[in-house]
Amino acid sequence: MNFPILSTLIFLPLISSFFILLSKDKTTNISSISISLFSSVATFFLSLFLWYSLDINTSEFQFVEEKSWINNYIKFKLGVDGISILFIVLTTFITPICIISCINSVKIRVKEFLIAILILETFMIGVFCSLDLVIFYLFFEAGLIPMFLIIGVWGGSRRVYSAFKFFLFTLLGSVLMLVAIIVIYWLTGTTDITQIYEIQIPKEYQNILWLAFLSSFAVKMPMWPVHTWLPDAHVEAPTAGSVILAAILLKMAGYGFLRFSIPMFPLASEYFTPLIYTLSIIAIIYTSLVALMQDDMKKLIAYSSVAHMGYVTLGIFTLTKQGIDGSIYQMISHGLISAALFLCVGVVYDRLHSRMISTYGGLVNYVPKYSFLFLIFALAALGLPGTSGFLGEFLVLAGTFQKSFLAAMLATFGVVLGAAYMLWLTKRVIFGVTNNSEIKKINDINKSEVVMLVTLAFFILFFGLYPLPLMETFNVSVNSLINNYEIALNTN
Amino acid sequence: MINNLYIMFPEIFLSLSIFFTLMVGVFIKKSFNLIFNLTSLIIIVTISIILTNPNNEEKIFLDSFIRDPFSNYFKILILLSTLFVLNSSKNFIIDNKLDKFEYPIIILLSILGMFFMVSSNDLILFYLGLELQSLSLYILASIDRDNLKSTESGVKYFVLSALSSGLLLYGCSLLYGFTGSTNFELIADQLNRENTGAVFAMVFILVGLAFKVSAVPFHMWTPDVYEGAPTSITSYFAVVPKVAGLALLIKFMFVPFSNILLEWQTIIIFISIASMILGAVAAMIQTNFKRLLAYSSIGHIGYALAGVATGAITGYQSTIVYISIYVIMNIGAFSCLYFLKKDGQYKENISDLSGISKKHPLLAISLLIILFSLAGVPPLGGFFAKFYVFVAVLEKEMYALAIIGLITTVMSAFYYLKIIKTIYFDDSIITFEPTKNRTAQFSVIASCTILITFFLYPSILNNLVNTLFVS
Repeated sequence: MNFPILSTLIFLPLISSFFILLSKDKTTNISSISISLFSSVATFFLSLFLWYSLDINTSEFQFVEEKSWINNYIKFKLGVDGISILFIVLTTFITPICIISCINSVKIRVKEFLIAILILETFMIGVFCSLDLVIFYLFFEAGLIPMFLIIGVWGGSRRVYSAFKFFLFTLLGSVLMLVAIIVIYWLTGTTDITQIYEIQIPKEYQNILWLAFLSSFAVKMPMWPVHTWLPDAHVEAPTAGSVILAAILLKMAGYGFLRFSIPMFPLASEYFTPLIYTLSIIAIIYTSLVALMQDDMKKLIAYSSVAHMGYVTLGIFTLTKQGIDGSIYQMISHGLISAALFLCVGVVYDRLHSRMISTYGGLVNYVPKYSFLFLIFALAALGLPGTSGFLGEFLVLAGTFQKSFLAAMLATFGVVLGAAYMLWLTKRVIFGVTNNSEIKKINDINKSEVVMLVTLAFFILFFGLYPLPLMETFNVSVNSLINNYEIALNTN
Repeated sequence: MINNLYIMFPEIFLSLSIFFTLMVGVFIKKSFNLIFNLTSLIIIVTISIILTNPNNEEKIFLDSFIRDPFSNYFKILILLSTLFVLNSSKNFIIDNKLDKFEYPIIILLSILGMFFMVSSNDLILFYLGLELQSLSLYILASIDRDNLKSTESGVKYFVLSALSSGLLLYGCSLLYGFTGSTNFELIADQLNRENTGAVFAMVFILVGLAFKVSAVPFHMWTPDVYEGAPTSITSYFAVVPKVAGLALLIKFMFVPFSNILLEWQTIIIFISIASMILGAVAAMIQTNFKRLLAYSSIGHIGYALAGVATGAITGYQSTIVYISIYVIMNIGAFSCLYFLKKDGQYKENISDLSGISKKHPLLAISLLIILFSLAGVPPLGGFFAKFYVFVAVLEKEMYALAIIGLITTVMSAFYYLKIIKTIYFDDSIITFEPTKNRTAQFSVIASCTILITFFLYPSILNNLVNTLFVS
């Protein structure tokens, strides 16, 4: 394969953002929106083509591109396997939806907003494609710049505080990862992860390096107790920002665990399993309880994201086939469900400019189409069988039961709590009594909103009923991940 | 003999042209424009002389003057940055009535001093070069002589700098006394850990040099001089003397003090950490943009010194890469200040930048790029500068230095973000006059382009710098 398909995928949004910069529309922004929509849809189809032509019967990295980059010792190396391709497709799928959503919700500086989204897409695809630690770090951190601006410029009233908190928390977490990356370079003589996989990193270094990576991923994930930036960032970010944040940026950390922490530091991963279990369980139960008490819809969904990410970390570090399968599935489905829920909040926010639960009530009588879709997403979020949310949680719990009965018990309790806050939210927003007279005047969802929400609902139900396409894609890669992990454990 | 003159031809050319332009200035009335253009021409010609001359190592005048790739690299860096700094500040100079013909000539004189500094292989030549540079800088700091702040900053700089020069001179004489030579290589042969007196001298010299590059705890003059001096001078101060000072510092560590590495390493590590921390903390509360850049430059010197602190060639190389990128970023940052003109006055408070993203989107995006790069956020150039330094630092397993350095990076990100917040998140107050300042525009655009595209080929500077230490 000579054509650099991955580089094209990465830089296509960046190049089109340059065209938007050059486009000259003053009032309507039609050309900016159409350029960005066109390019993001093109990127999506390109990534689908990539998925289609990926050989899923091997765990090798495919479409590998390699170029000498820094002094011939750090290479610009890209490649995908069964795990990363799904995240790439998720990214390219969510981005056009965000662009459609901004037609309704972004009123000022639309052009700049689209540029920021497309640049962010470039960095996000880059994270999932990179096969070199330095490149990974580069893309991982670079995403902070557009996200900082998205929250800060287009955000709500406390946007400055949230943007700063988001930026500084994440940066502080990742500088330690940078130290670890450089230390790995001096230990192994390379930052190419395919080569690092072959080399055993000395036992005495593994724990400390693993912790350095954890500091970055834990903030990004976010895990308890460093999750506090997430509710703030979500609440203040504009709808499209929240969607990207929840659907993709949070997945970078889970992906990082799978791609870096476990294969590079198998011994440390084994050693720290109890720590991760504890943090995950606290995240699941504590943040679910916090979510119960929220009166802001976005904050509630943000806390539920933390809880869902708790399942992901729990599943990954069970280091069983079911657990990891479940985690990946949970990440993909959470990407769809949380995106849909934030879009739903965005829809009513655009109409009444309030995120408070108390503003709403009895929506089902006035906006039936919206209420129906909201109900689907809420049920998917609580993990109703038949939606994609169920499968992820189920597999994670199945994996956890093999390793620790107690952890699985507590996590299952979290499922109940999840159902509680989601159903209560639905009850208060969709059903119940209408106290606010303005609700009677609002319109049901318009065409562009229907397109976004129905697409998401379709895939949530589709992957809930027919998980095979996803499962098949990452099956071999996950198997080899676990095999390598067990080999590494047995040789020591 | 004639061959010797060829080797120092750039210096000779520069001295002769300084005399010539001085004469032009004396005999032709209102000759600022002419001399200004002449100065640019002289700088360009000097660059081409250096580039066309052979690059191999040559020592002349009893081994006191050295021309090697190292000195040539720094000379070109000094000349290029002066060219950009000077040309982008032309409108500012004229608007503030600083257009005296001595202005460019004194800058040329200070460059001459720096040339001797980076080419010196002998304590005497080094000291003479340093003094020529410093004296020119004192005048430059107070060139706006009717302005109270400018004169104050000049006097302040003079008094403190004279003190540090005294310490430096004392160190030099001690070094001569204990090693019996003023030549760098001979000193290196004589120096060892047992030679306590000479180690003592090393401390004095280090203090003097730390003062010149404004590293903590010898930084006190920097914020005041940066704020007091006219912006055109500040941008010169922030860039060019720092380059020369660091070059000299590296030279001292690499040649005469190479045998007492363990002695000076601790000092440099301390200075480096102190500069990084102070630069990050003190800048947070600044309201004046120039003062903030002063503290930020103190912090940046801290990172650059972290490379020196490794005591290894890879470390020195990373420092040189760092200072080169630092120069690019600072030229861009200061050139942006020349656009903040309102009612004939140049604004320099951070709050004046409030909301400029609406009225001046291009200026805003340039500042955004430069500030994120100064903060060291990938994928901009500033990240790679820091990356190389920390790679070198961690090669020597100096984990504490690296971790402190990276944590101060996060702290300093805070104040850069604060400026970006002012630019992008706040409401606009002031609309600045559209200025037709093509050269400043060019500097800003060039700086931003380099910073953005640096990641495409990040080893370009390394490949250059790798050739400097072959000897």
